[in-house]
Amino acid sequence: MKLDPYLPKSAEIMARFQESPTIFSVQCRFSDAKWQQQFCFQPGQFNILYLYGVGEVAISIASDPTCQDSFLHTIRVVGRVTRALAHLKVGDQVGIRGPFGSFWPLNDAIGHDVLIITGGLGCAPTIAAINYLLLRPNDYGHITILQGIKHSDDFIFKDKYAAWQAMPNTTLFIAANEASHDWLGIRGYVTDKLASLSFPEKNTLVFICGPEIMMQVALDILLQKNFPEKAVYFSLERNMECALGHCGHCQLGGLFVCKDGPIFAYPTIKALFNRPGF
Amino acid sequence: MKKTFLKHEHFQQLLDALKEAGFACIGPQVRDGAIIYDTLTTSTQLPWGLRDFQEPGSYRLEKTAEYKAFSWANGPQALKPYLFKAEETLWRVKRDEAGKFIFEAEYAKAPAIAFIGARACDLAALAIQDKVFIEAKQIDIRYQQRRESLLIIAVNCTYASKNCFCVSAGTGPKVNHAYDLVLTEVDQGFVVQSGSERGAAILAKLTLTPASLLQIQQGALEIQQAANMQSKKIPFNNTRALGLALMNKLDHPRWLDVAERCLSCGNCTLVCPTCFCHSERDKPSLEATSSEHVREWDSCFTKGHSYITGKVIRPDTQSRYRQWLTHKVATWFEQFDVSGCVGCGRCITWCPVGIDLTEELSAMVEDFHET
Ligand SMILES: Cc1cc2nc3c(=O)[nH]c(=O)nc-3n(C[C@H](O)[C@H](O)[C@H](O)COP(=O)(O)OP(=O)(O)OC[C@H]3O[C@@H](n4cnc5c(N)ncnc54)[C@H](O)[C@@H]3O)c2cc1C
Ligand code: SF4
Ligand code: SF4
Ligand code: FES
Repeated sequence: MKLDPYLPKSAEIMARFQESPTIFSVQCRFSDAKWQQQFCFQPGQFNILYLYGVGEVAISIASDPTCQDSFLHTIRVVGRVTRALAHLKVGDQVGIRGPFGSFWPLNDAIGHDVLIITGGLGCAPTIAAINYLLLRPNDYGHITILQGIKHSDDFIFKDKYAAWQAMPNTTLFIAANEASHDWLGIRGYVTDKLASLSFPEKNTLVFICGPEIMMQVALDILLQKNFPEKAVYFSLERNMECALGHCGHCQLGGLFVCKDGPIFAYPTIKALFNRPGF
Repeated sequence: MKKTFLKHEHFQQLLDALKEAGFACIGPQVRDGAIIYDTLTTSTQLPWGLRDFQEPGSYRLEKTAEYKAFSWANGPQALKPYLFKAEETLWRVKRDEAGKFIFEAEYAKAPAIAFIGARACDLAALAIQDKVFIEAKQIDIRYQQRRESLLIIAVNCTYASKNCFCVSAGTGPKVNHAYDLVLTEVDQGFVVQSGSERGAAILAKLTLTPASLLQIQQGALEIQQAANMQSKKIPFNNTRALGLALMNKLDHPRWLDVAERCLSCGNCTLVCPTCFCHSERDKPSLEATSSEHVREWDSCFTKGHSYITGKVIRPDTQSRYRQWLTHKVATWFEQFDVSGCVGCGRCITWCPVGIDLTEELSAMVEDFHET
């Protein structure tokens, strides 16, 4: 019989890391070793995590695709399911379906500069891309990372960012709308910083993730800077239940964000992008 | 395929033959003042001599002078709930002694169904649901199991309600494909035709006579009459052109106007034979030793449909009605290469305030109207 795409596979928590008061990561491995071995994904894709008796949520895969004996999820506690997931301990089990969805065009980006713009804390999909790029510095040109946060106190992954900053060919800007007086990063909107930068390389690809309003502002600036529309990629979020194109919750006009996305080149979503109600 | 004639008094033979072949018969019958589908054991349960009168927001059954079983147009229920269940368990999970999970898929267990009375619009809707659940890359095995064993005994419409617009929608009233048997009701019985080997095998067990030329002609005339009775039209005959026109009208004032009338109750999506939205949830057992994962129909008229943490993408009736209508007749084409409306008129009849999508569409795309 065909595999039932609704049915999760069990996986074990190998390790758990508390990244901030509200963000944690879990390293998981499928109980079925064969399944783990053939599990392959691309940065930007996601799994559906199931917590016993509670429910399922869509979570990006944060680890590197070459790591074959486990995979990592970084989860922010926001509501019913994520709050319960936060209580997971090493040795506990979860259910996993996946991987699902489209991914960042990391192959097309080989040999070129990459600009990554993220807003708010919802930047999980871009972390996978950043990790991937920085592990392969010889394959890519200059990497620019622009991270916007609301308040400087929200800044997490300090160690990770410090390491990124230290990488050759990498520029990192962190902008906080509101900042405490000891904040060393940029004060203001990440999009204002974007407006002030210039990007000499012609074939730079741009990966953007964050609130749709911020993505719209970033897009307008990029188009003014003569970036072609097809060089700009967005990661979108919609309510997701099935991740199979069956439940209808993730629709954006004629697109299913779960299977046609969550990563879209701008021309694909242009007609309804940032249009309230879609 | 040769046409034969089944007398009204021999209809029971059909039910018996289906039962003998291992099918559970599902057919039309009256419940709470409407014609619905449920288990059919005797032909006396059929809605003999009844006819529906439908208007936007209203439905009523009346006795007719004719003693016929199918001289009515569709009621609230379609074929949909027999394939895509209103609620069903997808899987269960248990924990063994060591605390390890055991996931067990729940598959279709009910016996194969013979569905009696599917109309042309129902079969058009079935073809659409097939595209959603079994003709895509990811398939639903439960739907597939029920679909593969389904036997379809279709009925050509010989009457159309005021809310029917299958002619304009391009789906009826004549059944053209996907049936095992198709019946056309005339005086004293049915002109019968089989469309599959399974259908022919059932026919072989019945007392039939060759259909006379007169009976065949009467049947064709009755179907033509069901077409002629229809006055409702969907703009651009339900083609892509309608979708394109509507997507140019996303800011039309009529959206606000209809939102003031719409109750956002979701009845239209529940009666619609093509809507596929559903949500999933967990039902833990009381002893916490197992949990059931259940799916149930959902509607784009609910708040939860478009909820993501901290934001509801469609917080108001206006954006929900617009999602519904644009999905039905416009964006559906992008997903499934066909309109999501089959012209059954159910959403018009069962809307508590009688909103009629054909009127809303006409108002919004009027300047695009064909001359
Ligand atoms: C493609 C994709 C990748 C994601 N990757 C990550 C990630 O790596 N890390 C992370 O922390 N979060 C990620 N999210 C967001 C995450 O799915 C939601 O935060 C989570 O569903 C909230 O569930 P909850 O029950 O805790 O919250 P509640 O607010 O109680 O939400 C209730 C239910 O609504 C639905 N829902 C709510 N918010 C979202 C949302 N943003 N997206 C989809 N469904 C939602 C879910 O079914 C959820 O169970 C991702 C979302 C998508 C669509
Ligand atoms: S939208 Fe209305 S008329 Fe069209 S198929 Fe659905 S219920 Fe029938
Ligand atoms: S989005 Fe609305 S109109 Fe479309 S299938 Fe779902 S419930 Fe029906
Ligand atoms: S999440 Fe169910 S259709 Fe996309």
